[in-house]
Amino acid sequence: MAQLIKNNAVTADTWKTLELAEGETPESVALPDGDIIFPFAVWQTRKAEIISRHKRIGLLLNSDDRVEDVAADLDYFIVIAVDFPKFVDGRGYSTASLLRQRYGYQGELRAVGDVLHDQLFFMRRVGFDSYALKDGKDVVHALQAGFSSFSDGYQASTSQPQPYFRRRA
Amino acid sequence: MYKYDAIDRQLINERVEQFRDQVSRWQSGELTGDEFRPLRLQNGLYVQRHAPMLRIAVPYGMMNTAQLRKLAFVARTYDRGYGHFSTRHNCQFNWPKIEDCPDILGHLAEVDMHAIQTSGNCLRNITTDQFAGVAADEVIDPRPLAEILRQWTTFHPEFAFLPRKFKIAISGTREDRAVTWFHDIGLHLKEVNGETGFTVIVGGGLGRTPIRGQIVREFLPWQHLLTYCEAILRVYNRQGRRDNAYKARIKILVQALGVEAFSQLVEEEWAHGKDGPATLTQAEYDRVAAHFTAPAYAQVAGEDASFAQHRQDNPAFARWLERNTHPHRVAGYRAVTLSLKQHGVAPGDITADQMEIVADLADHFSFGELRISHEQNIILADVQEAHLYALWLTAKGAGLATPNIGLLTGIICCPGGDFCDLANAKSIPIANAIQARFDDLDYLFDIGEIDLNISGCMNACGHHHVGHIGVLGVDKNEAEFYQVTLGGRQGNDARLGKVIGPSFSAEEMPDVVEKIIKVYLDNRHADERFLDTFDRIGIDPFKNLVYEGRAHGKAKAAQTEAA
Ligand code: HEM
Ligand code: SF4
Repeated sequence: MAQLIKNNAVTADTWKTLELAEGETPESVALPDGDIIFPFAVWQTRKAEIISRHKRIGLLLNSDDRVEDVAADLDYFIVIAVDFPKFVDGRGYSTASLLRQRYGYQGELRAVGDVLHDQLFFMRRVGFDSYALKDGKDVVHALQAGFSSFSDGYQASTSQPQPYFRRRA
Repeated sequence: MYKYDAIDRQLINERVEQFRDQVSRWQSGELTGDEFRPLRLQNGLYVQRHAPMLRIAVPYGMMNTAQLRKLAFVARTYDRGYGHFSTRHNCQFNWPKIEDCPDILGHLAEVDMHAIQTSGNCLRNITTDQFAGVAADEVIDPRPLAEILRQWTTFHPEFAFLPRKFKIAISGTREDRAVTWFHDIGLHLKEVNGETGFTVIVGGGLGRTPIRGQIVREFLPWQHLLTYCEAILRVYNRQGRRDNAYKARIKILVQALGVEAFSQLVEEEWAHGKDGPATLTQAEYDRVAAHFTAPAYAQVAGEDASFAQHRQDNPAFARWLERNTHPHRVAGYRAVTLSLKQHGVAPGDITADQMEIVADLADHFSFGELRISHEQNIILADVQEAHLYALWLTAKGAGLATPNIGLLTGIICCPGGDFCDLANAKSIPIANAIQARFDDLDYLFDIGEIDLNISGCMNACGHHHVGHIGVLGVDKNEAEFYQVTLGGRQGNDARLGKVIGPSFSAEEMPDVVEKIIKVYLDNRHADERFLDTFDRIGIDPFKNLVYEGRAHGKAKAAQTEAA
């Protein structure tokens, strides 16, 4: 299982992500109990059912899912996981920026998939606050060095909405 | 020139440490080759034909002499005593060891230099024209906004992993010298009703699918530079293709959507960010612009007597003045181009010794600053006319005064098959062979203005598409051939050249160029440049002479069969 970094520590993950097995569809898949992160397609087709059965709901966005399509539902989610199918697929950064800055999402925002040490600084800047580091990576070193690569950034971003030029002494 | 402050310096020092850690994690196996690759590319480190290649950023081409001396030091200590200036103003070293690169970057950081985002699928180095701030036809100095863009693009958290590379050029002159029509974003500064802003061009590019960019906004007030670029980049990051690297540039997205629909998407996106905190302030503009104020020019009354005398007495000096110096907006001054196109040398190459000579010249004669041009030459932008003769003598002695700027042998040429892993063919020997053929300076002057651009493959690093004569290395059955285009050009009327026909072998190339020149000389009207003649008579006369008596393709096959 992926190692979860949250609140500057390695934490046990209480959430399970619903995965569709071969032949299962969003319509047919059984909805398990517990703290579940539902893929966007399942949420879309089974929304009412999920809301009636679950108090704590998580959502998984793939890199080609559109934030706009889920913008009205954000209050339902305790956690939104954004998938990075490959670490070089940068769409998840825009997804996070939009969720935080445009749609005001306040819950946990988790980077999942191909999440590596060298992306953590950028991920935090766009608004992620938990990270399921890829299996087999040195999570301790990542925690020590990955978030503090740089002491500041020039741009306006989620973690610092004022660009550096507005903060220059 | 912009001077780093504490934060600028801290960020590049932190970058050195970050990269050191990445190299060491790669060496220990914690980072796989696939994981390390994009990281090293974002630090300008390629793995090439013979060795790694390290590309050092020269933001918008500006450098001071301490920086140039540091490049000389790196060339001597970690390379083979020379460096190469590229068509994107950057400095490339072809023989460093990967394990030395963190140390090299450490040395460079001492003089505020780095290799950040000089490659990879990210926001690349910002470019502008080499005469920024001194050009006689300048409307607005692009450098402060180029620097503001440099900062904005550096480690942009949302746009570090784009579908493909992303290049922005900015021009502030009436005549565009920054090839803005062929960049992912081209910004053309202008003044409308007393307000400063840009025409925004998107979706241009050379390479495999050369496309001239299109205007997505006629006028954007300068304060909105960052928020508007942010909107363009966000649309591109979300909607650009990632399934096919050849179709991943923004030009393909703009083509697929159509420029109206694309610009509509950008406007919708921009509506959210417009007037937000990233809107530029006058205070920030003024702070940055203060770094680009004019140096302490001498008050020069009339023409210097010794300068006039030397010009009269010395035809070689006069010739150099004509080709290698450029009008300056301050009386008594000129901008000097030091030619890195000495015949027989790889275009853009410069030895460590030459770098030091240039640094001395810049210190003595040009306020300690210099620029790199996208034509791969060095500019000393602020030289008093009275000093030109002394400067020329030194430059000449160092092989930096070949008077061929804008002429046929002032060739733009990529490193090609001698160095580049992507090449289909060699390009440096072609450039050298053409230089050797046209070694007669009088003849060269008589031919007049011609841009000859050579690329070793369709990535078009040598900008062959926009050469008046363009040469592209192609691979046919694993042999090297060269395809010729005519009529390409940069500037306000930037256009792609047209292919004249089947390609040629390396040995044929000097003859081919000679025939093209012959057609021009035979047809030109008085004072007509090559390009004017070409536009007037069209491509056919050139084709006819170049392919005269030559069968090719199926025709050739039929002949061979018949024989
Ligand atoms: C005897 C007269 C000619 C015949 C029968 C002929 C026939 C052909 C054929 C069959 C091809 C296809 C080659 C292949 O892919 O195998 C070709 C290519 C081409 N020819 Fe010609 N051609 C003739 C003259 C010319 C002339 C005079 C020009 C221009 C000056 C020209 C321009 C081109 C171009 C642009 C191509 C495509 C580019 C390339 O394959 O590299 N042709 N020609
Ligand atoms: S044009 Fe091709 S051969 Fe030349 S430098 Fe670029 S990639 Fe290499």
